[in-house]
Amino acid sequence: MIYFLCMVLFAIGLYGVLRKRNLVKIILGLVIIEYATHLLFILIGYRMNGRAPILAEGEVIANIVDPLPQALVLTAIVISLGVTALVVSLAIRIYDRYRTFDITKIRRLRG
Amino acid sequence: MLELYLLLGFMIVGAIIALEAKDMVSSVIAVGAVGLGTSIAFLILKAPDLAITQLTVEILMLIILIRATLRRDLPFSTSGRWLLNTVITVLFLGVFLAVAYFAIKDLPRFGSPIMRVAKIYIAEGLKSTGATNLVSSVILDFRAYDTLGEATVLFTAAIGVIAVMRRIGRKTEDEKVKADDE
Repeated sequence: MIYFLCMVLFAIGLYGVLRKRNLVKIILGLVIIEYATHLLFILIGYRMNGRAPILAEGEVIANIVDPLPQALVLTAIVISLGVTALVVSLAIRIYDRYRTFDITKIRRLRG
Repeated sequence: MLELYLLLGFMIVGAIIALEAKDMVSSVIAVGAVGLGTSIAFLILKAPDLAITQLTVEILMLIILIRATLRRDLPFSTSGRWLLNTVITVLFLGVFLAVAYFAIKDLPRFGSPIMRVAKIYIAEGLKSTGATNLVSSVILDFRAYDTLGEATVLFTAAIGVIAVMRRIGRKTEDEKVKADDE
């Protein structure tokens, strides 16, 4: 059920990417998709009543949450920041050239 | 688990507001709320490293996005085939969610991960790397090549941003007009 809510968040981001005509709204849809994906990975690695994956002296390490998806998502978060920065800088350049964020108008002004 | 459901509901509402808000600064701020909700969800899901990283990245992302939207507003406009396009998109999303519903049935049940790979990391982590934090022992020792690739991607993105945004070597508007005249 909670996985499905995560997929609903993903679908909202997908709707933004597919349906919006404003370039900034499309970027926001991409950012929402990234959040949903990161959250899904962490949800899969969660153990009920688990502990954070940090070892301590004399601790029973039977109910630790999965550290592998956490490490992968840590990488993915930083990469998503880089990707977003690149896309936003391209959008700013497109705005400087065409004076609009509307993707249909950008297509019309080509050439 | 009630707080997790409430948080996910908050994030879904925030995402809808972000996509449907009329002016862009408020939609950027709504996305910021969604990101901070993700940070709190990581904290609830026992991932403190991720919560800290997500907080930092979220604030940087807000700065970048506000830089893009500042004083560049766009009135909402609808074109002729608005209804048809929306119907097609909603149909596609319905199919997507139906497939997702059947796909997540095959995932391990929430709260009981498989942890076939992580078993070795948990058993060997402290002994072979000396790190008490298992996440840092995975990203910096067991999967260090992964982190090297991440650094490569990040620097490539930074070089791309610099190349796109630089002012030196780019024609100004006056020069461009002059070149068009000639």
